[in-house]
Amino acid sequence: MDNFQMVVLLLDATMRTSTPLILAALAGMFSERAGTINLALEGMMLGGAFSAACVAYYTDSHWLGLGAAVLTTMALSLLHGFACITHKGNQVVSGMAINILMSGLTALVGIALFAQGGKTPALDHDARFQPITLPGADAVANVPVLGSLYSELISGHNILVYVAFLAVPASWWVLYRTRFGLRLRAVGENPGAVDTAGISVVAMRYRSVLCSGFLVGISGAYLSTAQGASFLQDMTAGKGYIALAAMVFGKWRPFPAMFACILFGFLDAAATRLQGVSLPGIGEVPVQLVQALPYILTVILLAGFIGRAVAPKSLGRPYVKER
Amino acid sequence: MSDTIQLPRWIDVGVLPLMNLVLAFLISGLVVMAIGEDPTEVVRIMLYGAFGYEEAVGYTLYYTTNFVFTGLAFAVAFHAGLFNIGVEGQAYIGGLGVTLAALYLNWIPAPLMPVVSILAAALFGAAWAYIPAYLQARRGSHVVITTIMFNFIASSLMVYLLVNVLRPQGSMTPESAAIDENLTLPYIHDMAGWFGFDMASSPLNFSFVYAIACCVLVWLFIWHTRWGYAIRTVGANAAAATFAGIEPGRYIILAMMISGGLGGFMALNEVMGVQHRLLIDFTAGYGFVGIAVALMGRNHPFGIFLSALLFGMLYQGGAELSFEIPTITNDMVVVIQGLVILCTGALEHMFRPRVTRIYTAWRLRQRAQEAA
Repeated sequence: MDNFQMVVLLLDATMRTSTPLILAALAGMFSERAGTINLALEGMMLGGAFSAACVAYYTDSHWLGLGAAVLTTMALSLLHGFACITHKGNQVVSGMAINILMSGLTALVGIALFAQGGKTPALDHDARFQPITLPGADAVANVPVLGSLYSELISGHNILVYVAFLAVPASWWVLYRTRFGLRLRAVGENPGAVDTAGISVVAMRYRSVLCSGFLVGISGAYLSTAQGASFLQDMTAGKGYIALAAMVFGKWRPFPAMFACILFGFLDAAATRLQGVSLPGIGEVPVQLVQALPYILTVILLAGFIGRAVAPKSLGRPYVKER
Repeated sequence: MSDTIQLPRWIDVGVLPLMNLVLAFLISGLVVMAIGEDPTEVVRIMLYGAFGYEEAVGYTLYYTTNFVFTGLAFAVAFHAGLFNIGVEGQAYIGGLGVTLAALYLNWIPAPLMPVVSILAAALFGAAWAYIPAYLQARRGSHVVITTIMFNFIASSLMVYLLVNVLRPQGSMTPESAAIDENLTLPYIHDMAGWFGFDMASSPLNFSFVYAIACCVLVWLFIWHTRWGYAIRTVGANAAAATFAGIEPGRYIILAMMISGGLGGFMALNEVMGVQHRLLIDFTAGYGFVGIAVALMGRNHPFGIFLSALLFGMLYQGGAELSFEIPTITNDMVVVIQGLVILCTGALEHMFRPRVTRIYTAWRLRQRAQEAA
């Protein structure tokens, strides 16, 4: 295999690994831009992946699976909102609680339903999202460089991958070009001003966590019905936290967050490839170092060494109306 | 509604947490019913598993020890207004310190080794907490995000070390060499034997005694020293602390390092007390449960001990449960944990307005009667 082919395959894998990160990072952004910390991404993703796999298995339809995942994560984000917005509870604690709860609940219910040690049964063809061949991909496959780039890298993914990459400009448009987005960002920066303007802070924040739940649900469904073919216990394996790191790394903005997700996805794909490979001039790179890189980079960014990441001003502060 | 009355302390630290806890257990009961088992049977098995026989009590207290350390760790940082999610990683790195001390400092006379292990655990845990603390205090990065990142970095680092550095030659499992037997901490049943008492053997070891000592020390530190006072002032209002001549950054770093040190002590129980070697993921989420333990115990050492005992009971009872009822695995305990954290932590204020209203009405009527 020549080097070009290897790079294309690596980038192809990067697209697949960064898809769930992009959706979850955008999800985190909607919630945090309105002032609610969303550490629950990991747990919500897990819950979404589980219900998608269950429903897809019983109904043999990946679309119903996706719907179930989105409903589950939206319900979870309402729970998060109930604790953080209505009862002004600690947002970090609520997020951690949902993560722990979903880690236990998905395993428990999985065992009760299928008795396969927390796994769901393998999904059939119709229950999974299948790769789509874009028009003309086969025709140009033999054209050197550009043809193989189009047919290998751009074409041949399932629809959720394209949804994730389209969700980025869509989110940008919603956040920066609509009245809803303006209000949502304002609630995260200065809820008092929004309240004075006669807009309900509570309602805005609930809407933002619902948007968050909607997006992270697709991310969960992707894990179990598109990338994988069943639900495995704790299959998110920290992806929710990586997405959170990517969101911070992207400074709470859609496009930079997407690039951070692609970078982190690339590191993930590279870590698999680099196993036991000796690089010229560097020697063997420990896989663990590559895996830890997203976290290290985020810490360095937060310390202000690569530009400044400024969080929304009222992030983490429940809004108390003055009496 | 402006005529509300401050809730008395016994409602604030007693009744309200209890109501939240009951809610968590009620929902857990519903979960048990949903998967087709009998909740009362589950409670019976769990209580028997936790306290029913002498060995069980030992196991319960062994789990309690871990939770006391991680709960205290979280609480100290919380008094400075910091949310230390990194106790898990700090305990993990603390384990590295303990193991390195036992493997490479074994020329130190054995009677001194417990002290050396304690110092090593504290030093490594505190050092791992220092970086996020420094970044929070001096560069303004958020401690919640950095400590989460540090948990993952610790995890990768430890996998690397255990696979490539600490693994003895010829062994395939990623774990360190065994610690010399006379450097480990004595079991409580052995200690009881020295005094002529007969006890069932369990993993309960000397670190339980040390955990209780730590409760007392933390209590003295937070409420009876100048540093503790400064830490609480910073936590209550950093701006006011600055006006009072207390530099918040210093105390943020101090509180986080003590927090990390206490987290590191968890490794004493696991590495020096029970496993006698460094294992992958020996922290097993105890660091995260410490958050629940501290919140439920209202960040007071006595409360932390009580809630650590409750979680110790859940863990040991849960182990018995998965043994007795095959459809209920250890994951049930994780679910209960999640619900307890949700109800006592995130939803801690849920009942407060209603309880305040009822209490106010009751007081007002009492006053009216006194006046009449």
